[in-house]
Amino acid sequence: MGNRRRVLADRIAGRFMLLLSVSSGLLICVMAWALLRRSLPILAVKPLSAVLLSDDWMPMRGAFGLFPFIMGTIWVTAAAVLIAVPLSLLAAVYLSEYAPAAVRSAAAPLVDLLAGIPSVIYGIWGILAIVPLIKNRVGPLFGVHATGYSVLAGGVVLAVMIAPVIIHVAAEVFAAVPREMREASLALGATRWQTVRHVVLRRARAGLFAAVGLGFSRAFGETMAVLMVAGNVARVPSSVFDPAYPLPALIANNYGEMLSIPLYDAALMLAALVLLLVVLVFNVVSRIVLIRIEGGLR
Amino acid sequence: MDRRRAEERLMVALMIGSAVVMLGTLCWILAVVLVKGLPAMRLSMLIRTPSGGFYLGREGGILNAIVGSLLVAGGATALAALVAVPVVVYINLYARPGSWIAVWTRFSFDVLWGVPSIVYGAFGFALMLRLGVRASLLGGILTVACLVLPIMCRAMDEVIRLVPGELADAAAALGATRLQTALGVVARQAMPGLVTAVLIAFGRGIGDAASVLFTAGFSDAVPTSLFRPAATLPLAIFFQLGTPFPEVQERAYASALILTAVILAVSAAARALAGRSARHIVR
Repeated sequence: MGNRRRVLADRIAGRFMLLLSVSSGLLICVMAWALLRRSLPILAVKPLSAVLLSDDWMPMRGAFGLFPFIMGTIWVTAAAVLIAVPLSLLAAVYLSEYAPAAVRSAAAPLVDLLAGIPSVIYGIWGILAIVPLIKNRVGPLFGVHATGYSVLAGGVVLAVMIAPVIIHVAAEVFAAVPREMREASLALGATRWQTVRHVVLRRARAGLFAAVGLGFSRAFGETMAVLMVAGNVARVPSSVFDPAYPLPALIANNYGEMLSIPLYDAALMLAALVLLLVVLVFNVVSRIVLIRIEGGLR
Repeated sequence: MDRRRAEERLMVALMIGSAVVMLGTLCWILAVVLVKGLPAMRLSMLIRTPSGGFYLGREGGILNAIVGSLLVAGGATALAALVAVPVVVYINLYARPGSWIAVWTRFSFDVLWGVPSIVYGAFGFALMLRLGVRASLLGGILTVACLVLPIMCRAMDEVIRLVPGELADAAAALGATRLQTALGVVARQAMPGLVTAVLIAFGRGIGDAASVLFTAGFSDAVPTSLFRPAATLPLAIFFQLGTPFPEVQERAYASALILTAVILAVSAAARALAGRSARHIVR
């Protein structure tokens, strides 16, 4: 009798857990679907290309061109990736290939901590440290008088935010390179750096692209820190000292008023959908590369 | 020969330089928070809500944001754990290894991890419009729960996978059902790691601003019901930093210090527990 009850409990729990697993696996699809449905009103009035490629942003007059915001996102993200990639790859090579075990185990929690700091805290740091630095030091160095709230400020702050992501993934990729390959290279008389450059980096190339891809998608969608330092002027930037107004900042800044103006809500939801789709593409490709490196589907 | 050695030295110097820059930046960020936050810390900051409006009123503290953040992040973490534990048990103990449901669930969580929190915020907002809920504690909890679910699931999944398969086999050989094995053997074995996963999720949830911006709203008062808007620490920082009044900005700096302290404490606790879980695992 007791036997039947516990077998029954096992079955019921199994069904229930299957249901939860399927529904949480569907979360990503539900998100995309919900955002698509809410952005349909604007797509019914204007073609997608007209919204994405127009730089006319006047919600009061019903003009919703997302182009300046898309370009703002691209500028800020590109600046972040350009700063973060060399720094974090060098740091990752050092931690994985050179550093003594003690340094490595001391660095891991610090990298995690850097990854765990909330984006508003990065924003405070950006406002109090980076923006004045650009206004008073870096700008004058290039003969530019700017407020400091700029593509460059956003890029620096984002670079620090995505560096731990790249370092973390790169370290895993390096760890997946067989030790024998390094030993063979060293035994042939190569220096350590030659080994890293010709053996480890070559073998790890795909994985490093995936690491950068994950960092890129982090930067692409990061909101609060960028909102606080990038300046938020709806114009396509033409230099790194110009302010930018990235898509996530646009969504975050306008949530209050968007319900009173027709189509505004739909335009912002479309912006969120664009963010989601771009990030999804980069994430899916990067993850597939990483899964293949780790040896098949786990 | 000399060129090789010079190149080696140059690259090592660059690498150490990069690592030092990263470490220095971390210290710089923490120093900014400390220098600005410490002078703003007073007892009244911790035990009073802002008076005269959070944006303009110069009196009062940030109790509304502290309590609101704990409620939003705590509620969301609890809700996510209620979903995450069954999901992780299912894909590890019920589903066959390599079955489509296990593969898809893991993959979708990996991908969800990278979805920006503003997208969760927009999604949560769309969901709330559908359900007719206004910006409230409930909306914040639901949205942040979605945000932390993939993080928690993947962290729990990693821990459960460390539990040796022989343990589950031994339990099965004794006639235990999968449910009994899961709760009595595997979960017990992985408990410190599961708690770590919950802590990591809590840390992520309490620090996120973009997801609660639309969904939890902001309020000067401590929320008294699930349907009232709730202030949160990240938004207290964001809104109050922008005012021209130093007294109000102080509330932002105090919030930043408290938020950073919470994150540090949570991450230290998670690390300590993760170390313990490795020590107690039967190998």
